[in-house]
Amino acid sequence: MSGDWPLWEVFVRSKGGLSHRHVGSVHAPDAELALAHARDTYTRRMEGVSLWVVASAEIVASDPDQAGELFEPAESKIYRHPTFYDIPDEVKHI
Amino acid sequence: MATLAVDPRTDYLLRLGDDALVLGQRLSEWCGHGPALEVDISLANLALDLVGQATLLLDEAGDGDQLAFHRDVLDFRNCLLVEQPNGDFAQTIARHFLYTSWQHMLLQRLTKSSDRFLSEFAHKAIKEIAYHRDLASDWMIRLGDGTEDSARRMADGLAWMWRFVPELFEVDDALQAAIDARIAPDPREFEAEYRSAIGAVLAEAKLEAPADQRPILGGRRGHHSEHLGHLLAPMQFLPRTYPDAKW
Repeated sequence: MSGDWPLWEVFVRSKGGLSHRHVGSVHAPDAELALAHARDTYTRRMEGVSLWVVASAEIVASDPDQAGELFEPAESKIYRHPTFYDIPDEVKHI
Repeated sequence: MATLAVDPRTDYLLRLGDDALVLGQRLSEWCGHGPALEVDISLANLALDLVGQATLLLDEAGDGDQLAFHRDVLDFRNCLLVEQPNGDFAQTIARHFLYTSWQHMLLQRLTKSSDRFLSEFAHKAIKEIAYHRDLASDWMIRLGDGTEDSARRMADGLAWMWRFVPELFEVDDALQAAIDARIAPDPREFEAEYRSAIGAVLAEAKLEAPADQRPILGGRRGHHSEHLGHLLAPMQFLPRTYPDAKW
């Protein structure tokens, strides 16, 4: 049965003010039941206050074969991290 | 032989508590057998909600464990609808749709009960049951207005359960006493609303309401179908065989 159903990606907002975070996926015949399945599968232990489901087929993903050209160049550019500044002692919470 | 002779409030707690316990136990029989992993989890959640409600109600009626595990068929006060066998998924959904649509309307009115416990119980349970009713309605529509096979199964499941609906609106002497004491709502007050709400979902599901048959009554007085004993046996076996077992 579920093999015939499309896959939906599930995003949960754990509490007000935080972003929705990807938690997994469910099979469901349509969007409404995908929300129900997501609710029953991923929020049964008070994990969330809001749910999104997105048809997995609608997600555009980067090609793993291109990981080298897409992501490795960033590895050698540590100067993009703001770690070269001296923070005065009196500045807190940074 | 029925051994329970109780006051109207306790009797009413047993009716609601046994409905929840028996329906919860029925749904839990799906665990590991659901038609899809997601549906399996979903049915288990519904079962757990109901077992939780049963625990509150039976603990208020007396010793909840004693009532759940050490009573015989004739002492159970649940309606006949909830003890009906699961059948296929469509039959389970038909039962859940018919029962929780009724239960939701009952709980709406029970929030105004003069009995503080029942009023607080209703406020808590109504949110759970609103979801049960919505989910069951969604599935009624998906299966009724689905494939030829799902529509046939849905119609068969509905036909099985339909004859047990009139019992939900039956008022016998014990219930009348609870109504007079303003503990319980009178279900007859929302029968028309119920029929109309059920009809609306059936129309959307492209299902015909089955013809009304001679109603089957008696669950509230302990006259149960053959199915209840088979449900209680595996549920009660362990605590009855090992009365001192702890887990």
